[in-house]
Amino acid sequence: MSEMTGMSDFTRMTATEIASLVAGGETSAVEVTQAHLDRIAAVDDRVHAFLHVDTEGALAAARAVDERRAAGEVLGPLAGVPVAVKDVLATRGVPTTVGSKILEGWRPPYDATIVQRLREAGTVMLGKTNMDEFAMGSSTEYSAYGPTHNPWDLSRIPGGSGGGSAAALAAYEAPLAIGSDTGGSIRQPGAVTGTVGAKPTYGGTSRYGLVAFSSSLDTPGPCARNVLDAALLHQVIGGHDPMDSTSIPQPVPDVVAAARLGATGDLTGVRLGIVSEFVGEGAEPGVMAAFRESVDALTKMGADVVEVSCPTFAYALPAYYLIAPSECSSNLARFDGVRFGLRVGDDGNRSLEEVMSLTREAGFGPEVKRRIMIGTYALSSGYYDAYYGQAQKVRTLITRDFNAAFERVDALISPTTPSVAFPMGARTADPYQMYLADLYTIPTNLYGGPGISVPCGLSEGLPVGLQVMAPTMADDRMYRVAAALESAVGTFTPPAL
Amino acid sequence: MTTTLPAYDEVVARFEPVIGLETHVELGTNTKMFCGCPTDFGGEPNTRVCPVCLGLPGSLPVANKAAIEAIIRIGLALNCSIAEWCRFARKNYFYPDMPKNFQISQYDEPICVDGYLDVEVGGETVRIEIERVHLEEDTGKTLHVGGATGRIHGATESLVDYNRAGIPLVEIVTKPITGTGALAPEVAKAYVAELRDVIRTLGVSDVRMEEGSLRCDVNTSLNLPGAEWGTRTETKNVNSLRSVERAVRSEMLRQASVLDVGGRITQETRHFHEDTGDTTPGRSKETATDYRYFPEPDLVPIAPDPAWVAELKAALPELPRVHRRRLQEQWGLSDLDMQSVLNAGAVELIEATVAAGTTPAAARKWWLGELSRRANESGVELAEIGATPAQVAELQGLVDAGKLNDKMARTVLEGVVDGEGSPTEIMTSRGLEVVSDTGALTAAVDEAIAANPAIADKIRSGKVAAVGALVGAVMKTTRGQADAKTLRELILQRLGVQG
Repeated sequence: MSEMTGMSDFTRMTATEIASLVAGGETSAVEVTQAHLDRIAAVDDRVHAFLHVDTEGALAAARAVDERRAAGEVLGPLAGVPVAVKDVLATRGVPTTVGSKILEGWRPPYDATIVQRLREAGTVMLGKTNMDEFAMGSSTEYSAYGPTHNPWDLSRIPGGSGGGSAAALAAYEAPLAIGSDTGGSIRQPGAVTGTVGAKPTYGGTSRYGLVAFSSSLDTPGPCARNVLDAALLHQVIGGHDPMDSTSIPQPVPDVVAAARLGATGDLTGVRLGIVSEFVGEGAEPGVMAAFRESVDALTKMGADVVEVSCPTFAYALPAYYLIAPSECSSNLARFDGVRFGLRVGDDGNRSLEEVMSLTREAGFGPEVKRRIMIGTYALSSGYYDAYYGQAQKVRTLITRDFNAAFERVDALISPTTPSVAFPMGARTADPYQMYLADLYTIPTNLYGGPGISVPCGLSEGLPVGLQVMAPTMADDRMYRVAAALESAVGTFTPPAL
Repeated sequence: MTTTLPAYDEVVARFEPVIGLETHVELGTNTKMFCGCPTDFGGEPNTRVCPVCLGLPGSLPVANKAAIEAIIRIGLALNCSIAEWCRFARKNYFYPDMPKNFQISQYDEPICVDGYLDVEVGGETVRIEIERVHLEEDTGKTLHVGGATGRIHGATESLVDYNRAGIPLVEIVTKPITGTGALAPEVAKAYVAELRDVIRTLGVSDVRMEEGSLRCDVNTSLNLPGAEWGTRTETKNVNSLRSVERAVRSEMLRQASVLDVGGRITQETRHFHEDTGDTTPGRSKETATDYRYFPEPDLVPIAPDPAWVAELKAALPELPRVHRRRLQEQWGLSDLDMQSVLNAGAVELIEATVAAGTTPAAARKWWLGELSRRANESGVELAEIGATPAQVAELQGLVDAGKLNDKMARTVLEGVVDGEGSPTEIMTSRGLEVVSDTGALTAAVDEAIAANPAIADKIRSGKVAAVGALVGAVMKTTRGQADAKTLRELILQRLGVQG
């Protein structure tokens, strides 16, 4: 298939460029949207980034933007820009499955707060992207609707759980996407697809309408092909939401200004700490090489880089795999076939309990069941203190390590993930190997601070990501560092599909 | 199974009861505990719902500040300590009327702890210690249709109404109540009554047991004197004050009958039946669900500002016990008289009647006399009798003005209870009014004297007792609308006889 690569190819533009063309009347939101819908039609049978493409809804939203412009309204900074939304967010009237059979056919009667903010900002929702079922996974292979393929190499995974959103960006099906990050589900897919993925401070983006996996960890956030676009999207979706009790009642740090500042390539006076524990033998040599080169680049821009040890980070993975399953075992109890979604075995002869059991048996995939069982066990009377209680203590210790580190440095850096995109099927038989993909991203979730993955190089032709971690509500710092690195190493374009 | 139950006196002579009460109170906040849906009773099924109280995927709870204020006031009125920091917890179990298959409740960090409530039983004060008071959300209601009984057995379909789901619910748990002996059933009843009055005084719930806004579970066990406490049972479905008393008594008798033949009490939930007054077993607690409580991660901890709590405490209204003591003094009642007012549930009614301008004595006379009798006959609470304090005050006003005599007033009151209208309206519509026009009365007297010359002569000759016959005759012609005493004097006067 031939690819349009000229100036008129809206699918190759940044969100900033598209918004500027729409605002200036040089193109219409409808034209831009149609170009992306065409691109989806052309490549998504191979990528499978989308679970649902909302063609009519997208074109209607685009027309509304064009009408507002024609009426002389001043449009927001992302008006007319298409966005792909991870299928974890409730979208009014638009199917929302969370990658699970148990919600097949469910059309929510309400919009998630983030979706509502995207609509108010005049962005155009193209559709819903693929994900590991209930966001549990690191490869999108656990989607009940089939895996997503990495546009860099279709035989490899695009990361997970938000592989659909990341792949949609890398395949030029959308310039912006929304993800959710519980243990790395925005950052790890960003790293392995050569895109930017940011996990905001927990509470900095609303969870209202985000189908819960692990309430104390889930954080929705922006995905883009460059740092400034991610910051613009972050600004639009972020901020306090009275519908989410855990939402922080403070304004979003000025991430857009920080990204612009970082893009000047000056990091003079910025103190960066390399997490000692994450640059050892666990990471692939190619990943480490790209990381080391990036550290040199950061140093050249004036950053003061030191190594910082965070010894408790070694316990982050086991603590995470108690806390997240515990919360999920409770959060997923509501999927019982009574009020919405799948119902199995309701033949008039079976008891309610049997129908609930059959529904959950048929509706949940093996990884979801595994985590529900682990979590149910960990919360059981007599085991609570040893598992859930202990994991919460570890969480406190990890937070202390972060706080101590941030007394010495402004931000921490590490590779985003120990390896580049692995071949599909390589880790599905071994859950522990799959879990290791999130080794470097999980501590941030347990702490609650922000983290961003920015492309920093290639290893054997596949993208490598660098992670910047900042203190809670200092999201602007990580954007500055990420944008500076981007200005030094550039962006990475996958081979043509 | 038919067992001959031992006599109550024998049971309390041999065993010591330990009781405990768990009371649920639906708060009268305008909106639900974690969303903005209205809380009014009734309504078409599933019309007072939203994504939050239906537990739709992605929805999140936000705690209702009015409910937190209400529970803190309840805790303060029950002399509890108010936690400076506490959390909600999830209680996990599957049930179709519970939208999320977990209930947001409180577990090891309740908002109010260690209080007490003093109640009066048989002239004695019994201090009931309160273990905890916590906040949670109510469940929906399951309706089983197609069967004959409305129960799940035999039903063809089960329907769920989520209107009630998410209504704020306060749970008040007592510590075990010991040492009450034969009075245990009365103590249980007096506690629930006092608790109800306290909560009503605070204005945070309408505490109507019949509508389920106050629900009670009663724990009962028996032990031999000096021995360890026995195994307890938890009796549910206790929906009136009278049932609280009956449930404890019935469970004491049943447990004694089991223990007497060397049997063992099963720790279980039992259901009370209003019709028979006994309990039957529900699910066994020995196979109880593990609720897997853990702190609710969707809500932030509650940390009430101590200054705010102090403000709430200072602003508490006069509580029923203090209030009653003040009234007793104002009304000049002995302890015994006050007790009968309390037993009749007439305190507030008398108070309101007095406030409407009646003397305490007259108000008490109506409420404890005629109206209590009618209430007993119809088996309803005095407050539900159909006469209001304002109407009783109006009635007494008519008596005081000489428009009604005592007998007529009782007739009018019957009309009020039967819903015929206000006392004045009934007096007019039934043609009841004391004939006070002496001219008309004199004419009627003269007529009666003329019609009964023999009786008149008897009276004139000194047999004054015979006047009753003439009084009766005049009453007949005036259809009872004369004051008997005035009439007697008038007859004697017309006959020239000294009374």
